[in-house]
Amino acid sequence: MAYIPLALIVIVVAWFVAAYNKLVRMRNQVKNAWHQIDVQLKRRYDLIPNLVEVVKDYMSFEQETLTKVIEARGAAIAAKGTAAQAKAENVLTESLKSLFAVVENYPDLKANQNVAALQEELTGTENKISFARQFFNDSVMAYNNTIQAIPSNLVASLFNFTTETYFEAPESDRAVPKADLR
Amino acid sequence: MAAPEKTCGKCGTVNPRGADYCYLCQAPFGAGTPGPGVQAFAGETGGSGNAAPVFKAAPMLLFPDAQRHNVRMSALLFALLVGVFFLLGTVIGGAYGDVGNGIALSAVLCVILGGAAYFNGSSIVLSLHDAAKADPERHRQLLNVVEEMRIAAGVPMPKVYVMPSAGMNAFAAGRRPEEASVAVTQGLLDGLNREELQGVIAHELAHVKSRDTLYNVCAAVLVGSIALLADMFLRGTFFAHRGRSFGGRRGGGRANAAYIVLGILLALLAPLAAKILQMSISRQREYHADAAAAGFTRNPLGLASALSKIAAGGAQVPGENRGTQHLFIVNPLKEFGPGASALMSTHPPTELRIQRLKAMAGFGGV
Repeated sequence: MAYIPLALIVIVVAWFVAAYNKLVRMRNQVKNAWHQIDVQLKRRYDLIPNLVEVVKDYMSFEQETLTKVIEARGAAIAAKGTAAQAKAENVLTESLKSLFAVVENYPDLKANQNVAALQEELTGTENKISFARQFFNDSVMAYNNTIQAIPSNLVASLFNFTTETYFEAPESDRAVPKADLR
Repeated sequence: MAAPEKTCGKCGTVNPRGADYCYLCQAPFGAGTPGPGVQAFAGETGGSGNAAPVFKAAPMLLFPDAQRHNVRMSALLFALLVGVFFLLGTVIGGAYGDVGNGIALSAVLCVILGGAAYFNGSSIVLSLHDAAKADPERHRQLLNVVEEMRIAAGVPMPKVYVMPSAGMNAFAAGRRPEEASVAVTQGLLDGLNREELQGVIAHELAHVKSRDTLYNVCAAVLVGSIALLADMFLRGTFFAHRGRSFGGRRGGGRANAAYIVLGILLALLAPLAAKILQMSISRQREYHADAAAAGFTRNPLGLASALSKIAAGGAQVPGENRGTQHLFIVNPLKEFGPGASALMSTHPPTELRIQRLKAMAGFGGV
């Protein structure tokens, strides 16, 4: 009979440890997911100069489009803070879209193996950025759920686990996008 | 085609009609501006030919529900399978006079066979189908798509293989996400567009993430062991009548007639029941993986379109056999019609899978 309170204490402690460890794992996953986004963004920065180099010779009179891409890339790299970076990245995405739309008008360019390969790479990278953001948000949701739900919220508040914020495009970016391509 | 849904200008995702911004990449929507020039950027969507969809609800809410349900069902079925195995062991033991020995025998068999399958796993299946490592140059798009999907699924990058077959199919193997392999046929690569390929790969990675690949191996081993046990028992009883008993003469004297009758009955029925259960697990897991794939891609229609192409184009793969048929995204041996959801089928009818996927995207009574 005397063992019952002891067993209860052991069970409670074991649960606390398990809940704590789970929270730590989830928090680390959120951080990792965030940095995965950076990895893909960096990839895109690296790919753009190659693309510009290949495309440049073909489209001398589309200089404006190319300049926009290069400027957007520079702005995205320079951007500081989540909101500013998200905004700059979206501008870069838009400029790449208009570049590819222009490529459609040049049959030679479209048929070029290097351009096709680069286009596939950039499409892939673009998707990876989206999916990395998606996974980040999913991780944040799972983590926040655990922090806020009973009973794991006890452990969370005790050890100071705080909710993470979702990745969101800034409000100003939700305006009508320009779709005057092609 | 004037589709009522909104196609995201940034990532090509199909969104509900009322959406203000894309739920995948959060790009904003304007009034009716699914830019056509964007299509080329998000991957060619040529000829998927879907009818104009009518969206009713935000599809995202449905994915986790479908997953939870399927996981629960599978766990139940798997427990039943183990139960049948040990019941058989108990009865066989009883028939020979010692219940403990019977249970021990079934446990030992389980461990030996399980161990063999567990540690050999994927390499056997891969070599069976002539799978070769994907080439970083030639299969650039495939590798990109796998990487995209593994990011969405949050699993490590699997090894990617291509099978030379012209049939359209794919499978995943490997007991843990850290050592998983995904293999697709050349026919699949040739026949599907990027969006559809994403759906298929997402389906396979869902199997990997939910450890279906491990369950598949374990379930196959259990079924094999039950069949083996039943076979040994039936032969043993048969020989016992001629004076040579399997399992030792020592306990033979205490054998219980009721146990023997029960044993014969079980030995005949258990393998069948186990097989049915295994197939049922497999079917549930296909639905689960479809739902999870829709969750990863946020685009159930990609996989739906891929499945209909596979069903139309033929899923045969050389080297296919009964042992590996359940691994594939569509059964390479036989295709059941919409009405024939046979008990022994490894996969739900493709037609039903497509219907469920479309329902996830908000198609009401398709």
